[in-house]
Amino acid sequence: MWQWFHKLGSPRWFYQISGKFLPWLAVACVVLIATGVVWGLAFAPQDARQGNSFRIIYIHVPASFLALAGYYVMAAAGAVGMIWKMKLADMVMVAAAPLGAALTFIALFTGAVWGKPTWGTYWIWDARITSMLVLLFLYIGIIALSRSFSTRETSARACAILALVGTVNIPIIYKSVDWWYTLHQPATIKLSGAPSMHPDMFKPLLVMILGFYCFYALVLLLNTRTEILLRERRTTWVKELAEGK
Amino acid sequence: MKPARKQRLLVVVFIVVIAALVVGLLSYALRENINLFYTPSQIAAGEAPSNTQIRVGGMVVVDSLQRAADSLDSSFLVSDGSATLLIHYSGILPDLFAEDEAAVATGALGDDGAFVAQQVLAKHDEEYTPPEVADAMQQAIDKKAKASSAKAAGDALNKTKSKALDSTEAGY
Repeated sequence: MWQWFHKLGSPRWFYQISGKFLPWLAVACVVLIATGVVWGLAFAPQDARQGNSFRIIYIHVPASFLALAGYYVMAAAGAVGMIWKMKLADMVMVAAAPLGAALTFIALFTGAVWGKPTWGTYWIWDARITSMLVLLFLYIGIIALSRSFSTRETSARACAILALVGTVNIPIIYKSVDWWYTLHQPATIKLSGAPSMHPDMFKPLLVMILGFYCFYALVLLLNTRTEILLRERRTTWVKELAEGK
Repeated sequence: MKPARKQRLLVVVFIVVIAALVVGLLSYALRENINLFYTPSQIAAGEAPSNTQIRVGGMVVVDSLQRAADSLDSSFLVSDGSATLLIHYSGILPDLFAEDEAAVATGALGDDGAFVAQQVLAKHDEEYTPPEVADAMQQAIDKKAKASSAKAAGDALNKTKSKALDSTEAGY
């Protein structure tokens, strides 16, 4: 097991293995998201009270899911990089930050677009939305921090510490709607019990969530591979790869 | 695990625990301020400050919404189950604002105990239902209400009459 773990730490081995997963992930991602979008936007029934504007849920909820889950991916990579001094883990952490920031932004933006016709306002400083904005700043902070040191080791350490401190925010975002009075409604999809949504509306949402997971994995792998090539560009295996051997 | 790694693992755990503790204490200290709005009960108990802008939230009481015929003025009651509060508002209510649904109003408490709102927002719940299902559910509720009222009046009605009522309802 430890041997496998150390092998995974080798950027070259990771680059080769991940290359084999990419086409499969890309196919799964396109199929799932295309199915989910067509199903959700064209075939799912409209909501009795919101009409068609509820359909933004098919982007909003999957993007929010992955913005939160992606933060744990980034923080776990940061912790592994810090404890085992594994170069690859630092690369994954740096690769996950812009992806997470983009998903958080999508979640906030789609929420604002939905909020205007539903609540009557684009923005409100309630616990859910404010903590989500803090998440966006955490992601942006890690991107900025990763570029502000001259040595890789210092920057990886600083980013890992910020990422670990920020993990506190994830359960706060998740539970904010239960702990405090907010304008944002509580979760529709519950860990225990049935979702408070009609099955005809819920099935396409589930497909979209799976599609977004595949999308996240795909983009994370691509970003990490780019980071590997960038950092290992002086090694012989990358040079050979570039020459097409 | 090597001692050096073990020590770094402890550092990681330490960072997460301390951060959780700090944020946990902060949000505990600010727990009242993190709430977006006061409930009618809190206002009735005098917990909300007067003469300053606050938000109040609750369910809009059924049949309480009154609109002026010649202006945008409206008033309604919000309730949290134990207390109600009268809200006056002058402006356009959101599309999803409705009786028996939650709303959040921003404004201030007047001297007469009523709340004067500058902004009213609709608070959507986590339920999503297609229109046909919502109609069917509403019909079921109506039917139940009818059935219970029919039951109360059952002594006055003869059997054939109530049977006729049942069959017309089943025809929905």
